[in-house]
Amino acid sequence: MSGLFFLEQALNGLQFGLMLFLLAAGLTLVFGVMDMINLAHGSLYMVGAFVAAWLAPLTGSFWLAVGGSVLITAVFGMLLEASVLRTLYARDHLSQVLATFALILILNDGVKMVFGNDLPLSAPPALAGPVEIVPGLPYPSYRLLILGVGLALALLLYLLVARTRLGALVRAGAANRPMAEAMGVNIRALFTGVFGIGAGLCAVAGALLGPLLAVQVGMGENILILAFVVIVIGGIGSIRGALVGALLVGFVDTLGRTLLQQGLREFLAPQWASAAGPALSSMMVYVLMAAVLAFKPQGLFPARG
Amino acid sequence: MVEARPRLHAALAGAALLGALVLPAVLAAFGAEYYLSLAGRVLVYAIAATSLNLVLGYGGLVSFGHAAFFGLGAYVTGITIAEGQLSPLVHLALVLAVTGATALAIGAVALRTRGVYFIMITLAFAQMLFYLANSIKGYGGDEGLNLRARTALPFGLSLKDETTFYFVALAVLVALLVAMARFVPSRFGRAVVAMRDDVDRAEALGLATFRLQLVLFVAAGMLGGIAGLLHANQQGYVSPGLLHWTQSGTLMVMVILGGVGRLWGGVLGAAALLLLQEVVGAYTTHWEFVVGIVLLAVVLFARRGLAGLFDRGAAR
Amino acid sequence: MASFVHRIAAAAALALLTTTAAAADRVKVGFVSTLSGPSSALGIDIRDGFQLAVKLGGGKLGGLPAEVLVNDDQFKPDVGKQLFERLVKRDKVDFMTGVVFSNIMLAALPEALDAGTIYISPNAAPSSIAGRDCHPLFFAVSWPNDAYHEAAGAYANQRGLQTVYLLAPNYQAGKDSLSGFKRMFKGKVLGENYTKLGQLDYAAELAEIRAAKPQALYIFLPGGMGINFIKQFVGAGLGNDIQLLLPGFSADQDVIGPVGPAMSGLFNTSHWSPDFTNPANQRFVAEFTKEYKRVPTLYASQGYDAAQLINAAVRDVKGKLDDKEAVRKALKAARFDSVRGAFKFNVNQYPIQNYYVRTVGSDGKGGLINKSFSEPILKNHGDAYAGDCKMKP
Repeated sequence: MSGLFFLEQALNGLQFGLMLFLLAAGLTLVFGVMDMINLAHGSLYMVGAFVAAWLAPLTGSFWLAVGGSVLITAVFGMLLEASVLRTLYARDHLSQVLATFALILILNDGVKMVFGNDLPLSAPPALAGPVEIVPGLPYPSYRLLILGVGLALALLLYLLVARTRLGALVRAGAANRPMAEAMGVNIRALFTGVFGIGAGLCAVAGALLGPLLAVQVGMGENILILAFVVIVIGGIGSIRGALVGALLVGFVDTLGRTLLQQGLREFLAPQWASAAGPALSSMMVYVLMAAVLAFKPQGLFPARG
Repeated sequence: MVEARPRLHAALAGAALLGALVLPAVLAAFGAEYYLSLAGRVLVYAIAATSLNLVLGYGGLVSFGHAAFFGLGAYVTGITIAEGQLSPLVHLALVLAVTGATALAIGAVALRTRGVYFIMITLAFAQMLFYLANSIKGYGGDEGLNLRARTALPFGLSLKDETTFYFVALAVLVALLVAMARFVPSRFGRAVVAMRDDVDRAEALGLATFRLQLVLFVAAGMLGGIAGLLHANQQGYVSPGLLHWTQSGTLMVMVILGGVGRLWGGVLGAAALLLLQEVVGAYTTHWEFVVGIVLLAVVLFARRGLAGLFDRGAAR
Repeated sequence: MASFVHRIAAAAALALLTTTAAAADRVKVGFVSTLSGPSSALGIDIRDGFQLAVKLGGGKLGGLPAEVLVNDDQFKPDVGKQLFERLVKRDKVDFMTGVVFSNIMLAALPEALDAGTIYISPNAAPSSIAGRDCHPLFFAVSWPNDAYHEAAGAYANQRGLQTVYLLAPNYQAGKDSLSGFKRMFKGKVLGENYTKLGQLDYAAELAEIRAAKPQALYIFLPGGMGINFIKQFVGAGLGNDIQLLLPGFSADQDVIGPVGPAMSGLFNTSHWSPDFTNPANQRFVAEFTKEYKRVPTLYASQGYDAAQLINAAVRDVKGKLDDKEAVRKALKAARFDSVRGAFKFNVNQYPIQNYYVRTVGSDGKGGLINKSFSEPILKNHGDAYAGDCKMKP
């Protein structure tokens, strides 16, 4: 197994991890600041992808479509928060689970009614080919782009949360909501804003991953659970934790899948190895979560002391 | 506290039982035998939802991995049948043993955590079992396993016959409800409710909370496994989808819809959801939308679920 | 008195005879296929091909008005199974048909076969039902799952290729495909990789292929899976060093459209091509293009032939659908003009036919279309499992 092979798989893991981070960041903020389990977070990712796929032929530009999708999805998220989700903050986690599960059903069918079951979305033609980043490794340029955007957004979020006033408010709200309220913070506006940011991040992930995966109804369900695992590992309410958790999960999943499969192929029939490999690596992600919780029950970087 | 209405409830229960007993005959009279399989599915899910209600509603433990026991029961049955063993006693023993042991293992770890971490751990374990089911290529893997035979029954009866299956499932459900009705006012039951309401106080009062919760968790898991055994027999097909987290979500939806911690919560929820799907699905392909709206309405406006509608003074 | 009784008896006997000999008043067909999701193009094409044949027959099959109940299995085996149960038990259809994917079909099939309803497969034809599990009520009007891949293996030999890497989804048809290729191919298989059915991101697999350095890559990835893979294959720069060999369904119109110019020149194997010159096919392609404004895929040709088969059988039994045995015999005789040319059933009710090599070339209008080589790569080819089938002819 050559170094180039490892490098390629490592880049794949990084790319997957960064996209997971975009979803996990929004989710951890909502959970941390508003103490709400939002199962419909994956649906916002789906909405983002669909809006981008709808805008792409209309605007004729992939980038305009992504930008437009971020705006529209963020607004949609904020409207959803102000109308329905706000009533759930005071309720117990169980009610939140049921209500947001209902939202998944509504949004799945709603998107189907508005856009149809799936829409095609292609990467910009300029990025259809590879870039030889290292001699002997022509890596798809579109994936490099995703890596770049993911890293840029991670940096931006860090600056936002650590260096701006809004970020301070968010951190205060996550650490101690009643205290923040008592200090005169406009909690309502803060919550709506946080939700909007989360929705926007989902839209970026959805639009960027759309050309690689398919833009189809139900695409949120698969990635949602991984996002939850990421924020539990990282620590609820922590952006830094979401990043570290997402990268860990991304690497374990991607590298685990291929390495395990190759190893298993030594002594199992190919069909069995190909089935067992991904299954074992998926299980490893959950084992990783259990292991982290065993040593650090609140996750790696808990927001609340 | 909401006032209960024992005489009304008993009358309704009796009427429901009577109705259930004559249903096959009524359907046959209208030539609608196809709906007997729907009724059978409602019974199976009622058992599964009631088993979840035991740990969720009465125990107050939000287990997001209950589908794992349902699916395990189905798979144990399926694999045993595929290997040619059809004895009902063997099936029952294996299902109880496997789901019981799994619940014991999961519970021993998960019950040390609280709140959202408990939810995530139960979810994680269930997903692990889901991926395991996906990987066993010898028994279908993610294509699922078709069963050529069913659990054998005495007197030449066959579970492939819809009517026979219906009555067997009904008998199991009735037995389960009777057992639960006896359990709730018992000492164990009252201890469980005390723990649900305030676990620290219960501990301070001397209750061995961890052990009690574990027993409850294992019992619920085994009952979920029984529902899975019935499911495998009715469908003649098992697939990893039975263990997926969305299936756990569906079971939770049934419990909350029907009434958390209410005796009939699982039954009412399962019946309501499946009938809603069938009726709405006959008119439009967008039945998911309608079901979602109904669920949202129940969460926002009918907090005690459908069972709560039969209480006096149930305004909120 | 006696004559009165006689007359009543005669009338009753006549009534009885006419009811038993009466033809059904219409043909009910239950159609279940994948009509949503990334691979919906396949199910939609089968449906459109099927409905075109019914339309060209004046809305009739075999002279009887046809009622086709179309349903979407959403690419989920449990949904397919429930739909089959409803169509067979509640709607009491005469024939079931339509399913694209083997895993869905295998889960749902018992609902039809156990109830005595005939299933005509316009696509999925797994090896299990070709051999020991062959069933008198199952007819495959497409091709045995292994066939295209056996043809590709034979073609790889013809081209003198020494090393090959194989890729297919991890389900029955995937397994069949690669074993079919290996059965014919005489060179060395460097790697055999099974992906998750429905998987759309192939970054990991492409890295492995790059590391293995084969001369050629043979993939079986129907529908949306193939579209994504080929795009990513080209995007990773692998097209320059590795020759891509495809089965027909990964190089048909539904893939050519989304992938675009990268498809030009790719070789693939199939039992049918739009440029076949037999009269049935010329009519089919012309009518399909006129009706739906697109070139038909091989899936559409199979849907069309499935309807034609049912049409011939109903016609041959003169509408008496209650006599299942007669219907079976009529189906087995397959007295219809298939768009692929010569067609006949094997003892296991799978086809015996020719397979051709095609290449993707210009259609003269700025687009791409498949063109076939006239000499078949495999002639009158059945399948490797018919010997295990114990069905009486």
